[in-house]
Amino acid sequence: MTTPSDQQLIEFVQREARLIDQHRFEEWLELFTDDGMYWMPLEWGQTDPKLTTSLMYEDKLLLTIRVERLKGNRTFSQKPKSRCHHLLQTSQIDRRDEANNEYVTWTPMHYVETRFDEQQLYAAWVTHTLTVKDGALRIKLKRVDLVNCDAAFGNIQLFM
Amino acid sequence: MDRYRGNADAVKGLIRDTEVHRDVYIDDEVFQLEMEHLFANTWVYVGHDSQVANPGDYFGTTIGAQPVLMVRHTDKTVKVLYNRCPHKGTRITTEACGNTGKFFRCPYHAWSFRTDGSLLAIPLKKGYENTGFEGSHAAKGMTPVKHVHNYRGFVFAKLNDGGPGFEEFFGDSLSSFDNMVDRSPVGKLEVAGGVLRYMHNCNWKMLVENQTDTCHPMVAHESSAGTAISVFDKQPPGTKKPMAVEIYAPFMAPYEFFENMGIRVWPNGHGHTGVHHSIHSDYSAIPGYFEKMVAAYGEERAKAILGENRHNTVYFPNLMIKGPIQLIRLFKPIAANKTLVESWTFRLVDAPDMLLERTLMYNRLINAPTSVVGHDDLEMYERAQEGLHVDANQWVNVQRLYDVAEPPDATAETNGTTEWQMRNQFRAWSKFMTLSM
Repeated sequence: MTTPSDQQLIEFVQREARLIDQHRFEEWLELFTDDGMYWMPLEWGQTDPKLTTSLMYEDKLLLTIRVERLKGNRTFSQKPKSRCHHLLQTSQIDRRDEANNEYVTWTPMHYVETRFDEQQLYAAWVTHTLTVKDGALRIKLKRVDLVNCDAAFGNIQLFM
Repeated sequence: MDRYRGNADAVKGLIRDTEVHRDVYIDDEVFQLEMEHLFANTWVYVGHDSQVANPGDYFGTTIGAQPVLMVRHTDKTVKVLYNRCPHKGTRITTEACGNTGKFFRCPYHAWSFRTDGSLLAIPLKKGYENTGFEGSHAAKGMTPVKHVHNYRGFVFAKLNDGGPGFEEFFGDSLSSFDNMVDRSPVGKLEVAGGVLRYMHNCNWKMLVENQTDTCHPMVAHESSAGTAISVFDKQPPGTKKPMAVEIYAPFMAPYEFFENMGIRVWPNGHGHTGVHHSIHSDYSAIPGYFEKMVAAYGEERAKAILGENRHNTVYFPNLMIKGPIQLIRLFKPIAANKTLVESWTFRLVDAPDMLLERTLMYNRLINAPTSVVGHDDLEMYERAQEGLHVDANQWVNVQRLYDVAEPPDATAETNGTTEWQMRNQFRAWSKFMTLSM
């Protein structure tokens, strides 16, 4: 692949969510470029990830720590493990910048995370900034804007 | 069932020298009494005056269960008012913060109040003529909290008239605030970055105790900090240790590190870890910062300020501050088994932005609802909140490094793994719970 079709962008976003739902986290990590970032803002319409606090602003190293931790023998907050479920709307293609090899999609979603008898429902918009590397789509930035980003949450342990 | 109301002896009986009865964590009546007595007899943190920089600026919060708002009055002083209209009880402000102009206006019947709470105007006021209104509670306006103290920008309030004055209550413990503020080349802090709010299904005191619990990091946080170290160790040799790993790694320091860091206790339940060093001691220098400090304070004084790396300072009852990284955590009680944790961060005025960037990274890595370190801790609190319902043993043990000669309400420096500070908190708890009973 050199230039992804709109359909390929849509399918990539759907597959990304599926890998998380199926706990295929190593495969999921591989979807990110080496300098890829996962960003979950704390503020409505946040523009600065560093001098404004975020819920998450993590590079591949920090995401890898999370993935390794989820598998850990002494990760007591994952005994029993959390499970999650993504319900995505069809992604809209916000920008196709073929000259710069950058594609932006916008995907409203509902995300459910559950552990023990508790089930939490979150609503968010996900913005993927994607690029083609070595013939495959990769994530440069995944931004998750929760509709209630500034609410007081309990634990959110997996990935939206 | 009134087991504790009006029974100071029963409340005092919950605290032994080295044990605490589970009812202090799980009993609804004890929680209610905490709201009525403990949070009224002590100086409780309200907010920072940079949140209300200009006249008319306000910030809404709670002291215990009481809704209050902090406001900058027209005379530039900071007032704390109970957040209800004296007429029908309507909350005056619902936004977390804003500017109300020269007066508050109740959105229900348009009664208006000066920013010190006093009644300014009532529409169609003649309806109150010859009714004796002047003598009513409502005529006094929004009730101010009488005892308010602004210490170098940090605003505290005490709801009751009884109890110690501000200086007597905090004493030498204020040195931790001093160190945080002095770290600005111009001696000034500003709230910055936004507040992380994290809901905990546990009693608020579990969080306060955890702040000086130095025997849990290498155990409970092995999953997060330990994994951070092992993942970083797999990076190519020579990889520069990133800021995030500098933040995570010290949580895995061995027991000796925490024993040697030391704990200092102060009267009235205050105390801190990290007398000699702390998990914040070995962060990389931020370019340009030391030079600014030297220019402001001279080299000797700058080194003294930056050499003080206190870990967690607990201000009884429900505040913890980290001077070296300008971060505070407020443990807001909601119910016996529910606590809202607010983690606030500050910019050191006239210092490089990189310091704030590190502070915010620390906050989201350690204190966010999405933080793996937070997940480790909350799991333990919630397990304790459930486990305490076991009837076979109704006591929590806080005996570590106890000495029968341990003086109450003392200032002392001791081994960094002691539970003296926890005992200190509970002695203060007993005192301020029963002061007004």
